[in-house]
Amino acid sequence: MTRNLILGGTLSVLVLLAATASYLWTPFDHTAMNIPAKLQTPNAQHWLGTDHFGRDLMSMIMVGARTSIAVALVAVGIGMGAGVPLGLAAAARKGSWPDEMIMRGNDLIFAFPSLVIAILITAVLGAGAVNAIIAIGIFNIPVFARVTRGAALSLWEREFILAARVAGKGAARISAEHILPNVMNLLIVQGTIQFSLGILAEAGLSYVGLGAQPPTPSWGRMLADAQTMVSFAPHLALVPGMAIILTVLGLNLLGDGLRDHFDPKLRVARA
Amino acid sequence: MLHYALKRLLSLILSLAAASLMIFLVVEVAPGDPASFMLGVNAQADTVAALKAELGLDQSKPARYLAWVAGMLGGDFGTSYTYRTPVAGMIADRLWVSLPLALYALTLSTLIAFPAGLYAAARRGKPGDMAVIGATQLGVAVPNFWFAMMLVVIFAINLRWFSAGGFPGWDAGLWAGFHALTLPAIALALPQAAILTRVMRSALLDILGEDFIRTARAKGLSRRQALWRHGVRNALIPVLTIIGLQFSFLLAGAIIIEQVFYLPGLGRLVFQAISSRDLIVVESVVMLLVFAVISVNFLVDLTYALVDPRLRSRT
Repeated sequence: MTRNLILGGTLSVLVLLAATASYLWTPFDHTAMNIPAKLQTPNAQHWLGTDHFGRDLMSMIMVGARTSIAVALVAVGIGMGAGVPLGLAAAARKGSWPDEMIMRGNDLIFAFPSLVIAILITAVLGAGAVNAIIAIGIFNIPVFARVTRGAALSLWEREFILAARVAGKGAARISAEHILPNVMNLLIVQGTIQFSLGILAEAGLSYVGLGAQPPTPSWGRMLADAQTMVSFAPHLALVPGMAIILTVLGLNLLGDGLRDHFDPKLRVARA
Repeated sequence: MLHYALKRLLSLILSLAAASLMIFLVVEVAPGDPASFMLGVNAQADTVAALKAELGLDQSKPARYLAWVAGMLGGDFGTSYTYRTPVAGMIADRLWVSLPLALYALTLSTLIAFPAGLYAAARRGKPGDMAVIGATQLGVAVPNFWFAMMLVVIFAINLRWFSAGGFPGWDAGLWAGFHALTLPAIALALPQAAILTRVMRSALLDILGEDFIRTARAKGLSRRQALWRHGVRNALIPVLTIIGLQFSFLLAGAIIIEQVFYLPGLGRLVFQAISSRDLIVVESVVMLLVFAVISVNFLVDLTYALVDPRLRSRT
């Protein structure tokens, strides 16, 4: 086990625990206002302090973790589920019309950055967490398709693939048995990047008011609320900011650690 | 090469046509009719009808789509429902803030990432490499708008080196303009630089394991010489892909960063347009962003072919 795996795993599990625990217990009711206790810095009673309405920041962070994780996880699922098969199919028939169709279709989605998709969706359907998932998820599809195709293309030129073709294996079987395991390394790295980007994108969308709507708590909106008060109450921005950073850092370290752990080539290189 | 470029150009045109149709259809699905929205609930039916005719909303959908596309090709994006001024002019004003911001950030990100990636790859496993990896891990994890808020607290509120927001306009001088865009550009660039550094480092390390590097080493080149002469050029393909992708992130990211710094860019325009249901403005800004991204991808594809001649013959 590498240091990355332990540190990343611990951080990720902590965030997951905080999100899960919030269904059963939070230090305070995350919606309960207590004006006399407003803008407190971290103390024994309110571990992370309180906001301008006297709401407990720790409780809000715990409940907000659910939104971030759910949105990012589903969005990566959409991206991988659709993008990887598309990328494999495109690489297997490179230069043919299905390849062109897939890659140009992907380029088309790719041309809409997730925020632009979100803006379009919001303009038409209104803001909300589900629309945020769609926006981030759709954008993930071409990312995974491109990464898969790019890596698979160079693999198709390799001798061991030629050997598999000589042995009579079809394109689909070669893609599943030889190409996919060899691009897995890249996909894990890309998956962690997209997951962390998903958490960041959700926070960004909520920050500009396009993501989860009140009363659903979200880290991004906590930051938006903090913006006008940051000069005299910096903890309002520091707390949700650190929550986002530690979560994303944890996930990235976990991804790196898993890659090192699973990839035999890296194990040999280290040994 | 010419054949390859023409083929890519054709797909660029097709992509733009498909994108414009997609945007038009999505906006058409939007509930509510702009004319009724502008005039309010108490408007007379004939007043609404007259306004619809004035805005061209009474025509058939295909006719409106064709008119929109034909207008855009001639630089006419229509008239804003809310402000009754040409959309093209509104966008042009805002573009002078958003585009320099995105390019400024892209330049900063590349300037940071190239040396950092090279430095780390050349010192694999050593403390210098570890420090770069640690910094990129942190850089990737920081939300740019949060980082922007922290920059404001430190450099605007406490140190007073920069203004906390706003934009004086390019009329105030090039220096004043870039000075106002510096904090936003740093906020936009750092997370992207972290990603690019990681890509650069891992691409170089992958290349260093290749046979031709071993051959170069066997012929007497040092590890660093092999990296410079053979590694960098080969690592450019993944790095270029990411730079191409980053442009869209930066343009979109600029929209959020503009909110933090109260910059009068495309982002502010879009959010104002959404809240007033000025859909023609939303439609046009989205189309413009998409045009920018598709064009950049086209250029990246062409650059690939220049960097790696193998790709020309393959596709």
